[in-house]
Amino acid sequence: MRFPYVPRGDGEEEAMLAAIGAPDFEALLAPVPEKFRLRAPLNLPGPRSEFEVTRRLTAMAEKNGHTGRRRVFLGAGIYDHIVPAAVDHVSFRSEFYTAYTPYQPEVAQGTLTATFEFQTMMAELTGMDLTNASLYDGATALAEAALLAVSVTKRKGLVVAGPLHPHYLQVLRTFCTGQEIAIAVDPGPDGTVDRAWVRDQLASGPAAVIAQGPNFFGIVEDLSDLFAEARAAGARAIQVFEPHALAIYETPGTMGADLAVGEGISLGTPPSFGGPSLGLFTAREEFVRHVPGRLIGETVDRDGKRAYVMTLQTREQHIRRERATSNICTNQGLLALRAVIYLSLMGPEGMRETAEQCLERAHYAAERLAALDGFRLRYPAPFFHEFVLECPRPAREIVRGCLARGVIPGVNLGRFADLGPEGADRLLLVCATETHAKEDLDALVEAMKEAARG
Amino acid sequence: MDEPLIFERSRPGVRGAILPELDVPAHGIEALVPEGLRRVKPLGLPEVSEPEVVRHFTNLSVLNHHVDKAIYPLGSCTMKYNPKLNDRLAALPGFAGLHPFTPEGDCQGALELMSALENALAEITGLPAVSLQPAAGAEGELTAMLVARARHADRGEARDEVVIPDSAHGTNPASVRIAGMKAVELKSNPQGRVDLEALRKAVGPRTAAMMLTNPNTLGNFETDIEKIAGIVHGAGGLMYLDGANMNALVGLARPGEMGFDMMHLNLHKTFSTPHGGGGPGAGPIAVREELRPYLPYPVLAEDESGFRFEYVRPKSVGRVHGFFGNFGVLVRALAYIMSLGAPGLSAVSRAAILNANYLLAHLRDAYTLRYPGPCMHEFVLSAARQKKRGVRASDISKRLLDFGVHAPTTYFPLIVEEALMIEPTESEPKASLDRFVEIMRTIAREAEEEPERVTSAPHATPVARPDEARAARQLKLRWTPGDGEGSR
Amino acid sequence: METPKDLKYTEDHEWVRLDGKTAVVGITDYAQGELGDIVFVELPGTGTEVEQGGVFGTIEAVKTVSDLMSPVSGKVVEVNGSLNDSPEHINKSPYGDGWMLKIEVTDPGELDKLMDADAYTAHVGEGH
Repeated sequence: MRFPYVPRGDGEEEAMLAAIGAPDFEALLAPVPEKFRLRAPLNLPGPRSEFEVTRRLTAMAEKNGHTGRRRVFLGAGIYDHIVPAAVDHVSFRSEFYTAYTPYQPEVAQGTLTATFEFQTMMAELTGMDLTNASLYDGATALAEAALLAVSVTKRKGLVVAGPLHPHYLQVLRTFCTGQEIAIAVDPGPDGTVDRAWVRDQLASGPAAVIAQGPNFFGIVEDLSDLFAEARAAGARAIQVFEPHALAIYETPGTMGADLAVGEGISLGTPPSFGGPSLGLFTAREEFVRHVPGRLIGETVDRDGKRAYVMTLQTREQHIRRERATSNICTNQGLLALRAVIYLSLMGPEGMRETAEQCLERAHYAAERLAALDGFRLRYPAPFFHEFVLECPRPAREIVRGCLARGVIPGVNLGRFADLGPEGADRLLLVCATETHAKEDLDALVEAMKEAARG
Repeated sequence: MDEPLIFERSRPGVRGAILPELDVPAHGIEALVPEGLRRVKPLGLPEVSEPEVVRHFTNLSVLNHHVDKAIYPLGSCTMKYNPKLNDRLAALPGFAGLHPFTPEGDCQGALELMSALENALAEITGLPAVSLQPAAGAEGELTAMLVARARHADRGEARDEVVIPDSAHGTNPASVRIAGMKAVELKSNPQGRVDLEALRKAVGPRTAAMMLTNPNTLGNFETDIEKIAGIVHGAGGLMYLDGANMNALVGLARPGEMGFDMMHLNLHKTFSTPHGGGGPGAGPIAVREELRPYLPYPVLAEDESGFRFEYVRPKSVGRVHGFFGNFGVLVRALAYIMSLGAPGLSAVSRAAILNANYLLAHLRDAYTLRYPGPCMHEFVLSAARQKKRGVRASDISKRLLDFGVHAPTTYFPLIVEEALMIEPTESEPKASLDRFVEIMRTIAREAEEEPERVTSAPHATPVARPDEARAARQLKLRWTPGDGEGSR
Repeated sequence: METPKDLKYTEDHEWVRLDGKTAVVGITDYAQGELGDIVFVELPGTGTEVEQGGVFGTIEAVKTVSDLMSPVSGKVVEVNGSLNDSPEHINKSPYGDGWMLKIEVTDPGELDKLMDADAYTAHVGEGH
């Protein structure tokens, strides 16, 4: 029988065994006790031809309400933005995507240079001193930042200020299990940071104060004072940011963050059912030896030519093992490449324009929705591209009604058990980006109106 | 390196992507963004056109070695061929354009795919409870260590030690530490395998688990695996398999039948998903049925109305990813498994083992083999003999680059001096193997007769021997406006 | 390989010189050669108490990191700050500009437990 991707010709196996001096293949398995060797074949689908695999997986794909088939107004950490064709074209080059981690820099200058450019662009975007070459996603990037703060301050508590993405909080809790780190969570009744509550928490000397901005409800606040207070109390200031927002809003760097993390999938990659994603990790210079993940540095080669290499590898697990800053090895390198291509194509004007369009379109939708009978905006605070809408009926029913009209109107906040706001089961988190034309936004309003009627 | 940085191509006024017109009435940024919140610093991104962007990254790309070009024999990395079908399928709009908060009834295809993959991995490993959430092998290790910890705590047992052989990958002890436990290092015996006596002394009432790679990082199967598992289980610990070397075992043997209670898989190794210059990968874990309650949430469930996610899992260790893991990687892995089926996967491990032994047989005289005997899918040579002539494993790696092939893994595992860890995988045709042998023998001869040729390598690469000490001492992690172009 | 006669040595390749009550500490020429280009040293602050055989810091080359063990017990009174910007002093002058710490010694008798130059040379020769 012939199998794809295993290039074995007639007689080759026999020739190779003869060259080895083995009587048969089984002789090579001598160290594997007989009792462990499978006697019956595994019960698996296949083997199937490319054509048949395509048919089956395409059938699965077509059962999904993707952005091409529905008008989708979902955000909550994963945002749908325009992906220029050149991003796919370049990132799918074999040289980039079938290459490995750049351990031999002489034959990896493509990957290394592009990553150096990525590190530069993320530092520019966030106003922070340095960026690493990627972590798994925004949630684990936050967990790593928190563990870094615990490590450098030698304190064991964390304070979450303002509404944080529930999944991020859950991942944070998981990563804090090992060291039994206590996490205090802002009750945040107004959808913003409860400054008095945070002040109380600071008295107990936490390792870090974490604030998401724009926060989980889409609201933007000036975090400068919060960060200053945190730092004055000996805690580290950690911001969870949204990359596109940084084109028009103040940066973590300017607001005084020590560490800033976020989800970068929206920079050049479609929603992908949440992954592969792109964990963004930025920091002040002083933390460089504590930073997790790979760092690409500039140097010269023996002929004085500019060259890029992985640097400060002594932080990493392959050298420092148990005492490494993190256990991360494989990262999200290809997604970082897509991001740097995307940011190169967008440029400062493209990013600013994208952010402004998100802002305008979301506000247009919010105004029209709030004008509908029984609907209102839950929070009066300024928002970027998503907002919390209070509905006249349970959000679940609104979603069902909209779906019947080909619209997914937002995330039902009732699904988050401990999220907090009163009447969460009537709240929808609605997002609009530059991908939503006026007709999409008007269709959203129409669908909501109909869904509310029942 | 001659290609300027993208910033060095930038000039004011050039646009890349053009956006659609704003077709809703605009309020203006002044009205919608309070002054104190507005970004003040200019956004220092390059201003370049699409043709320039494409040209720049294309010119960068050709500086890379990649497995579509030639052999990439990195031990324990399994640089096998990445099937192009898999990328096409992952890019289908129904997968790529799907938001993770899509209502469950409207993404049944994605859930069906995940369920099919879970079932396939359970079958392959012999461990029935699977989580696809960990985004990489290291994360799978951490997740499993948290599972072990939770399970012991559930039984009122305070166990905080994990036994790890000295030949293990660095992620093993690092993951143990993050899980809040201590790594207990076990010295390998003179054959490079687990020393049973030492193991008996190392386990006890504090043993939470043993992390083992099998075949080990020397490419040798731990023949005494049953005894090893017996000792660890006898002390009340769990057996964890680091599945990095699963390419030797797919379709040949099942870890669940060898005494392992938990394991992770590397989809970007064994299951052909592309390495992407460092990632993304995926590190799903598979565990015994009794450990299922501890797996991350949400978990997939199926009933007559279809697939859904269960979020209420009181014993779960929690979430390890913001969403469901690296879904696009999962699509590729399932397509691969479907393409090959059970007989195909057996053919994969068979060819991987034969290819490695073929290389071993032809290279063992030119280099030093510390631990004799047949290998599985990879083997480790030592450049100890060459070191006496002043030629080290690092020099041999650089010289290999001159021949257009990639170097093997070097200086790992730590227990072999001047280690060269070689894993061809099953995707290398015989001609490629023969060529690699030829090159390695040539370099061995050069090390004997003209060592300078090897120690001064590489000669044929875009850059040569970058100054890594300088990169660490004079940290430069980003380009800054005002940086000079080119060499200093 | 340099091994000055007037110094004492540890098994882990640190050297110590006693000047009255103050001990000057560094790593040997052999050690710096084995490590390669030093890129970073992590040293304790002044006032820190150290113990003979205890870890007082770490030293990093490009691809390795090692613990530094104190040859004597006492209190750190001075740290070589030039190593922050110029860790290469350790490679170029391990017994001179590459010195790391000055320690006020609690018990000068501790140095009797250490090796002299000949014993250290033999120790290295045995492949340690």
